[in-house]
Amino acid sequence: MEELIKKLGEQLDASLANIRGKEELSDFWQEFFGKKGKIADLMKNLGKVSKEERPAVGKIINEFKESAEAKYRELEKKLDAAELERRNREETIDITLPAKKQPKGSLHPITITKNEMINVFAGMGFEIFEGPEIEDDDHNFTRLNVAKNHPARDMQDTFYVAEDIILRTHTSPGQIRVMDAKKPPIKVLVPGRVFRSDSDATHSPMFHQMEGLVVDKHITLCDLQGMLDKFVQNIFGENVKTRLRPSYFPFTEPSVEVDVSCFECGGKGCGLCKHTGWIEVLGGGIVHRNVLANCGIDPEEYSGLAFGIGIERIAMLKYGINNISLLFENDLRFLRQFRD
Amino acid sequence: MKVPFSWLKEYVDIDISAQELEKKLFGCGFEVEELIDLSAQINKVVVGIIKECTPIEGTHLHICKVDCGKYGNDLQIACGAPNVYVGMHAPAALVGATLPGLDEPLKAKPLRGVDSFGMLCSGEELGLNDDLFPGSEVYGLLDLPKETEAGTDICKVVGLDDYIFDISVTANRPDCQSVLGMAREVAAILGKEVKMPSLDYTVSGDIDFKADITVEAPDICPRYIGHTVHDVTFAQSPAWMRRYLALCGIRGISNIVDITNFIMLELGQPMHAFDLDLLDEKRIVVRRATEGEKITTLDEKEFTLTPNNLVICDGKKPVALAGVMGGINSGINENTKNLLFESAKFTRDNIRKTARSLGQNTDASSFYEKGISEYTTELAIKRALHLIQELGCGRIAPEGCDVSAGAPREGKRFDVKISDIESILGIAVPAADIIRILRSLCFEVAENGDILNVTAPRWREDIEIGTPDIAEEVIREYGYEHVTPTFLKDAAVTGGGLTPDQQLRGKMKSVMCALGCYEVSTLGFYSDAELDLTRIAPDSPERNVIRLINPISANLTIMRPILAPSLLNVVVSNIKRGNFDGRIFELSNIYVPKQLPVTELPDEIPHLGFAAFGEGEDFFTLKGIAEGIADAFGLTFEYERAKNAPYLHPGISADILCNGVKIGSFGKLANEVLGTLDLVKDSRDSFNIFLGEIDYKAMSALFPAAMRYKPISENPTVIRDLALVTDESTLCGDIVNEIKAACSFVRGAELFDIYRGGQVAAGKKSMAFKIEFVPEDKALSQDDINGFVENILARLKEKLGIEIR
Repeated sequence: MEELIKKLGEQLDASLANIRGKEELSDFWQEFFGKKGKIADLMKNLGKVSKEERPAVGKIINEFKESAEAKYRELEKKLDAAELERRNREETIDITLPAKKQPKGSLHPITITKNEMINVFAGMGFEIFEGPEIEDDDHNFTRLNVAKNHPARDMQDTFYVAEDIILRTHTSPGQIRVMDAKKPPIKVLVPGRVFRSDSDATHSPMFHQMEGLVVDKHITLCDLQGMLDKFVQNIFGENVKTRLRPSYFPFTEPSVEVDVSCFECGGKGCGLCKHTGWIEVLGGGIVHRNVLANCGIDPEEYSGLAFGIGIERIAMLKYGINNISLLFENDLRFLRQFRD
Repeated sequence: MKVPFSWLKEYVDIDISAQELEKKLFGCGFEVEELIDLSAQINKVVVGIIKECTPIEGTHLHICKVDCGKYGNDLQIACGAPNVYVGMHAPAALVGATLPGLDEPLKAKPLRGVDSFGMLCSGEELGLNDDLFPGSEVYGLLDLPKETEAGTDICKVVGLDDYIFDISVTANRPDCQSVLGMAREVAAILGKEVKMPSLDYTVSGDIDFKADITVEAPDICPRYIGHTVHDVTFAQSPAWMRRYLALCGIRGISNIVDITNFIMLELGQPMHAFDLDLLDEKRIVVRRATEGEKITTLDEKEFTLTPNNLVICDGKKPVALAGVMGGINSGINENTKNLLFESAKFTRDNIRKTARSLGQNTDASSFYEKGISEYTTELAIKRALHLIQELGCGRIAPEGCDVSAGAPREGKRFDVKISDIESILGIAVPAADIIRILRSLCFEVAENGDILNVTAPRWREDIEIGTPDIAEEVIREYGYEHVTPTFLKDAAVTGGGLTPDQQLRGKMKSVMCALGCYEVSTLGFYSDAELDLTRIAPDSPERNVIRLINPISANLTIMRPILAPSLLNVVVSNIKRGNFDGRIFELSNIYVPKQLPVTELPDEIPHLGFAAFGEGEDFFTLKGIAEGIADAFGLTFEYERAKNAPYLHPGISADILCNGVKIGSFGKLANEVLGTLDLVKDSRDSFNIFLGEIDYKAMSALFPAAMRYKPISENPTVIRDLALVTDESTLCGDIVNEIKAACSFVRGAELFDIYRGGQVAAGKKSMAFKIEFVPEDKALSQDDINGFVENILARLKEKLGIEIR
């Protein structure tokens, strides 16, 4: 019996050594471990062994079967690994082939800039109001302290659609509409499209502005500057600051022009700031008493600050765009450079 | 406005440089747009004294020995000028000199074989004319005065060591539109006194004439002062006056004309001189023109007037267009013996309208449009009479005539609380500084505890409301650098941020970006021609457009009633620039009038426009975008063949319906429109243009209310593929609808293949659908599914005659 097992063992090793693939392995299993396989035959022979020897021989056969099975499993593992490796090799691709085109799109740089600006002020507690683009003379001029014969009407070349109905020349009429609807405390931002009869390298007949208005008790010029400092630092970087200088708008008194320290050279002077260290970014001031009174807000009790920012101006500074018409030509080579 | 530095110095002792003054003016609200250095182009040109002057035979040249002081007292310079003589003082450009007409610095080079170490110059070569420096226009060398010293910088000698400030004056400060006005500001900045120009004059008591002036339109002529000058002698005005005029760009004409121009620049008051003897009845009547009345102005242009125009008349006829220009029938000339000076205030909007409507804009009208104070009107007449006397060119009548509508002759008074100034500025400016600043600006100030009684100067008509005006005056002189930023320190906390509607519009844009579109920004207006291109019928509601009364160009005349032409413009301009494919969108307003002509604010309706163009794009790109939008906002769109979209291809376009409401259309650009576009067909199929437009407002009204989660089935979804043979004309959408109608468990039925050919009969097509069955509370068995499929096939056969393949 032992002889038989030994012989079978040699036979088994020889078969294993010749196996090259999973199919042969499966044949091998049938040959040795199948219902009619050689190990089953061996078990049949166990009946012929004497009763006394049977446990010992049974043990030997079992041991042989276990060791044979272990050898089989080991080979199976090896073959699986080889198979996997072959498959991986065959499936390997040229990863430098071009990528599949995914849909790509972006917001316009004016929208990106506008959204950034809104985010800054929304965080300060500003609501966002949008007024009509076609306005009446009353909201656009008269109630903003620009009387019929006021020289400031000449400063803005106005498009008319009827005698008293115009394309708004600024977002400032939003101030009037907000103050008519709401009483202080007011913090509101009015972004929108505005129109002026002007067209050259720095002017487009339509452009975007963002008006800001705060009306509350004890609002001062210091508050205007403090708030605008935060705004410019958010937009242009932590290290910039603002400078106020006198200006004139009919709806603010005092009125200021606001410059930002040059974010390109840090104020030392460069081409961007025309070697002055400062860049003009917006206008503002303390809301004119007449404007508050025109909206039924008592100027003795409340005061306000207002500012107006050209969105194109900010976008052009941020992205280094030197001609406003690029923003309205909508050339895809330009638009595709923006991501948002 | 141009202000020569030397002229400013006539009224203020300025002890700082032009550059320093420029900075200080900027800080006080006067931006110097350009500081022009008159000597900038002239370097190394000095006074030379001709010591010897020998003709070079056979030429027109002289060889000169020139004393240039410290630059060499024996320089040899060849000279071709005919007027050179020994002892002449002339400008000598040294080797290395720069001059306005020279491209590069002067070199020593021989002239006709004679060494020459420089060049003797004419006035013209220095950029001078007779007004800037007398004698500059003679042919030949500039013959300088004999008291000039050899070697002196020529700019100092001829008055080019000067600057011109080109100052931008804000609209609220017409009082600064003059040399004296700026001098007042400079004096305040430097803490100096203003030296007022002389105003005194002596009258000739023997003249028995008093100007006779009637103002019939005091509403637009609140002040008119006339004064006569007799026995006028015409001559050239003095060099100093001509120089100042020339520096500001005005040529000298004669003493009388120059006086009026000089006063306009010095004080900001336009003046006019009439020939008294040409005035019928020797009187002046100021009135509105009659309808159709005509006047010919000094420049020989004839104008037909209306009662909106103000005219100055004599006893019979108009003799000047008020505030704009004198008439040709009454102007002074070399034969004038007696004249009448006019110094008047006309209202600025009247002059502006007249100048605009007649297209006659003059220096005078531009001063009037900015605004003139009556104080200046009074000053100007006195100054004119003073200059008549100073120049000795006439005898002054004892009395003039001053007609006033009665405006007060004092400055406006305000009581200003010092603490109120602080509450505007946010910082406390010491009371002493406030008082000092106001006084330096010619305000009268009396202290009364915490209150200042302030009287504004008469010329400051911009000071209207008191404290805020005063606060501004104080801070602009005190310095904005004193403002210390605070962050809304006393303001209430407020809730901020975007409204839900604003957030949704932001989402709409993000969705379009995610669908592969780039946002564009187009103008809100275009032309009739662009609307015509869309072939929209003349009686369509879209043809009710709002027109600009004063368009900037013929391309921008109407407020757009639809977005499509704007987007088509973008597509076409991109194709022309070689961008042959792309997807774009815009969410922007269109304008719908409530009535025409417009009498109230129109409706502004946000529309979403989108377009795709180029190779690989087709109708289904846009349909995919529409489906993407529907999906993003929880809507279901249905599609019908487009009606009323004449700019789209009739067979390749669809209307979008949502909840049964048409909200937009999309499709391929109509062949008829394509044919009119100025595009060249090229290999990249640039004619493949698709446009879509959705009424965003109508769509957003259909947005579902807050989204609620639906429980998901625990049982698996079952998918079955069906290949169906249909007539060629059967529409996919109809099949899908019937499949859904046949079985309530069908959630989706998606076409994935169409086959035409040998395997199916002619005139038929095979369409393969993937059908999704979603179970409800119990799992679906094979038998269930088989039953559903049978129902579906039965219905398809009945309704559409479809067989399974």
